[in-house]
Parts: sequence; structure tokens; C-alpha cells
Amino acid sequence: MKPNTQQLNNLSIQVRRDILRMVHAVNSGHPGGSLGCTEFLVALYQNLMDRKEGFDMDGIGEDLFFLSNGHISPVFYSVLARSGYFPVSELATFRHINSRLQGHPTTHEGLPGIRVASGSLGQGMSVAIGAAQAKKLNNDNHLIYALLGDGELQEGQNWEAIMYASAKKVDNLIATIDLNGKQIDGTTDDVLNMGSVRAKFEAFDWDVIDIKEGNNIEAIIAGMTEAKSKTGKGKPVCVLLHTEMGNGVDYMMYSHAWHGKAPNDEQLANALSQNYCEGESDY
Amino acid sequence: MKKYTNTGSKDTRSGFGAGMTELGQKNENVVALCADLIGSLKFDEFKKNHPERFFQIGIAEANMIGIAAGLTIGGKIPFTGTFANFSTGRVYDQIRQSVAYSDKNVKICASHAGLTLGEDGATHQILEDIGLMKMLPGMTVINTCDYNQTKAATLALADHHGPAYLRFGRPVVPNFMPADEPFVIGKAILLNEGSDVTIVATGHLVWEALVAAEALEEKGISAEVINIHTIKPLDEEAILKSLAKTKCIVTAEEHNILGGLGESVARVLSANSPAPQEFVAVNDSFGESGTPEQLMEKYKLNNQAIVEAVERVMKRK
Repeated sequence: MKPNTQQLNNLSIQVRRDILRMVHAVNSGHPGGSLGCTEFLVALYQNLMDRKEGFDMDGIGEDLFFLSNGHISPVFYSVLARSGYFPVSELATFRHINSRLQGHPTTHEGLPGIRVASGSLGQGMSVAIGAAQAKKLNNDNHLIYALLGDGELQEGQNWEAIMYASAKKVDNLIATIDLNGKQIDGTTDDVLNMGSVRAKFEAFDWDVIDIKEGNNIEAIIAGMTEAKSKTGKGKPVCVLLHTEMGNGVDYMMYSHAWHGKAPNDEQLANALSQNYCEGESDY
Repeated sequence: MKKYTNTGSKDTRSGFGAGMTELGQKNENVVALCADLIGSLKFDEFKKNHPERFFQIGIAEANMIGIAAGLTIGGKIPFTGTFANFSTGRVYDQIRQSVAYSDKNVKICASHAGLTLGEDGATHQILEDIGLMKMLPGMTVINTCDYNQTKAATLALADHHGPAYLRFGRPVVPNFMPADEPFVIGKAILLNEGSDVTIVATGHLVWEALVAAEALEEKGISAEVINIHTIKPLDEEAILKSLAKTKCIVTAEEHNILGGLGESVARVLSANSPAPQEFVAVNDSFGESGTPEQLMEKYKLNNQAIVEAVERVMKRK
């Protein structure tokens, strides 16, 4: 049984609490993008992906997800733990020494759920394409999902990968762009105006769909279901996910300031009070 | 001691191509990726025999390394092929994060390494690649000496789990290793026994070391020659065993003196048994256009340079 919308919304609140508490505890990490992608990753792991029990690296016979913008590791770790890949209590070790929960995701420490290291930006799309081509060689009809930041599209390797995926008809791939319009130094328009991301992907011959309400669980599921229906038709699929950086914490939203900054004690208490759910189960 | 003779000159890259052709038939998990250099890397047969397992990436090496990392997820064994410069320096961060740190079973196969690329000049003649690759934790680094050894190394890599860098070259050079010589990763091969000096050589310099040993013999100097195809992990035992006998060492490589085989050997010596060492290597400079023979002479990477280095190191004993 898949969780219903109410349950997914409650889980999203729990994940936001995890993110805030994790970055607060070590006074470092990236809450902004993590909060912005919370609903997406909750919907992906709890509703959209066809996943097997447990974890093995090859992931044959199941959908796989690749996080390219590895700095939003807090949301990834929380959703993986809450989806059963490792104990929720381990979230308390985020960014600590001798932890499997490194600042940016890695396979090096053997954390279940992680299939490649990410953090140095611009590499995840290529890896996802390779995994998608392995699925085809293995006659495995499952899908590859990837998530990239919008600022990350400034890295040139992405455009090598985007060109390749359409030319080689990698149509078992859904790449989602977290279109929050913000990066460390300011808005993406200010730092390096990318023009229309949709027009660029279309020019590279991808199928493109928009999810205008990227922080709304029902809109995400509807949009991603449409994206899934476009797979297997000769083109890779791009989802432009319009999100708000820092979503769910009023003082973090509508700014790039909380991209990579942790809240202090008072700010944490304020943020948690805005994110209370019945039966919360903080680690 | 066996006498090594040239059984017919060939390029090392053709040994790689022959290895890939054989692997294609032997191991269905082996896949090949190329960045617009099929002919140069001798991928033609593999591509013809297994089009579904051959990936033409285009001139996009960063993407190639990432795709190779992804292909391992699903059990494939990817062999990437392009020139050594574009296999390493151009894609260092991709190899570092997506392959080495992620412990992906990717084989980075690099042709046209070193000065012997020749006329194309310094833009293409990387002399820093061994250093770049050996610094990556978990990376195996191999530099083969001839056609037979390159083929054997290619076959051996498919059975070895983990990231690896295989370096070979463009020119036609003597083929002297026996075709049935086992290739054991990390295990040096003693080619010539001697008692006065140890010459540790890799890649194209191995043949030059054998020629040098003959010239030295005429001068009454007994040189031990070690073919050190694997630079990482380095066969420290073989080096120290030889050094215990000869008490001095010459390293020879087609690479910058900084970061290459010589420095790896020097570390072994300083930590275990300090002894005089001389380096035959490029003296911290870029290359230039010219024929391979002209370049190897100008940059002092041939058998005469090895003889001179031996004479220097003998005086320091």
C-alpha cells in the first residue's frame, strides 16, 4: 500500500525537521536546497519509484535514483533513512567523524542507498545515463531518475550529457531540474543568466514537462506520472521542478541566504515550531 | 637467464585492440567507450563484433568517464579509450569523484602517452598522467612495454575488480615479451640478472633498458633489468631484493621526473634501504614536435641516456 497524500505531507514535515536538526547539530550543511526538494524526494521514494527491499549496488529489477547536486545530502539521507535503507538514528551522525553520512554523499563508507559520490557538481547526469544504458543492456525495463540543481547546469559536462542522451535515445531516463532560481552567490539570473532552460532542453531534443508547484505532493505525483508516461518513446525526459529554496521555513524562503548556512538555537526552535506534525518521530 | 629479442615491431595500442577483441568474445560484461578515436585506439574489431556493447561518446571525455561509472551499476566492465592527455588531465575530477572515490570498476585505457606521440607536440604529449593517476587512492596504474604485454594487461584488467589506468603508446616499437608471459598486476618481471646496478624501467623504456644492459656488459658492468609494468601497487619486494645485491638503482620512464615511477621507487628506497638513484625521465618540461626517435634523444630517454645514468650512479656507490 502506498501512503496517501496526508501521510506523504506528514512525512515531508518530518523530513524537514530532520534536515533542520541535522544541519543545526553540526552548524554546517545545506538546508535551503534540501528543504526545497523535500516533497519531491518523499514522493519519489514513497510513491513513484519501483523499489526492491534492501540495497544492492547493481539495482537490477528496480528503479534507481541519482542525486547530482550532492550538497542537498540532508534531504537525501533523511528520505533514505525514512524509507528503510538505514536506521533513522544514524541521521545523528551527519557530518561527524567516522560517519557513513559524509557532508556530501559517498559510496566510500558503504551507506545503503548511495550508488555514486556526488558533490563536485555536473557529474550526476552522465552517471545516470550510463546506468540507464546498463539497464538497456540487461533488458531491465526499470527507470533511472536523476536530480540536478539549476545552478549546476552552468557546469559544461551537463551539456555533453544532455546532447548525448537524446542522440543515443536514452529514453529510460527522467532528469529533474530543481528550478529554484538560486545559487550560492545570488539568483541564477544574477550569477549567470541561463535564459530559458526549457528552450535549451527542447533544442537538445528532450521531452520537457513543467511541474509548476514543485513543493506540492499531488502536483509532483501528477507531473512525474506524466513524465513516466513519456519514457520509452525515443527521447530522454526532463522535468522542470519549480521549487522554493528553504520551503517550509518562513525566514529561509525567497532568498539564497540559506543555501549553505545552518540555523542557530533560536532559529531552529522557530523553524521546528513551523513544522510540527502529529506523531513526529525525531531521531 | 632468458634472452629477449624483438620478434617483430608493433605498436602497443594494437596490443590493446587485440586484447579488447578477445575480451569481447570472452566476457559479455565488457563494454567499450570511445571519444571519437576508434581507429587510434584500435577499437574497430570490438565495435564490429559487438555494436551493442560499444559506445561512441563523441568528443566529450568528461561525459565518457561519467557514463562509464554509471555502466558499472548493473555489472558492466567499462573500458574507456582516448589519448592519455584526454584520459587523465582533462577529466581528473570526473575520475576522482565518479570513479576512484566511488570505487567503480572502470578501466581507463590511454593511448598516445608520452613524448613518442611525436609530431602533434606538447598539447597532446602528456608527461604527468602517471603522477595524476597514482595519487588517487585505490587506483591501479599500469604502463606496458610492448604489444604482447599490452594485450596481456588488457585481458588481466577484466578479471581485476576496481578502478585502473592502463597507459600505452602510439609508435611501432620492438615486441619482445613472450606472448604466453603471465601478466600479474603488481608483480614485476625480472628480465636480466645482474650484480652491479639495478635498472627499473617501465613502458617504452623497458626495451631501451635491455639495449643499455648489453652496452654496459661490453663495458664490464653487470646490469639487472626489471620490467615494472605496474607502477601502483609497486612491487617493492622485487626492487629491494635486487637493490640488496646491486646497491644502486636507475629508474627509466617516459614521464616527468616529478610524480612518476622514479619518485615511487625513491620513496621505497628512502623508507627501507637508502641507496644512490639516478632518474631517466623528462626534466620537468613540456614536450614538442618531432619524430619519436628525435624526441627520445633530445629529452634523454633512450638507451644511451640509461647507460650514462648507470655510469653516474655507479660512481655514487
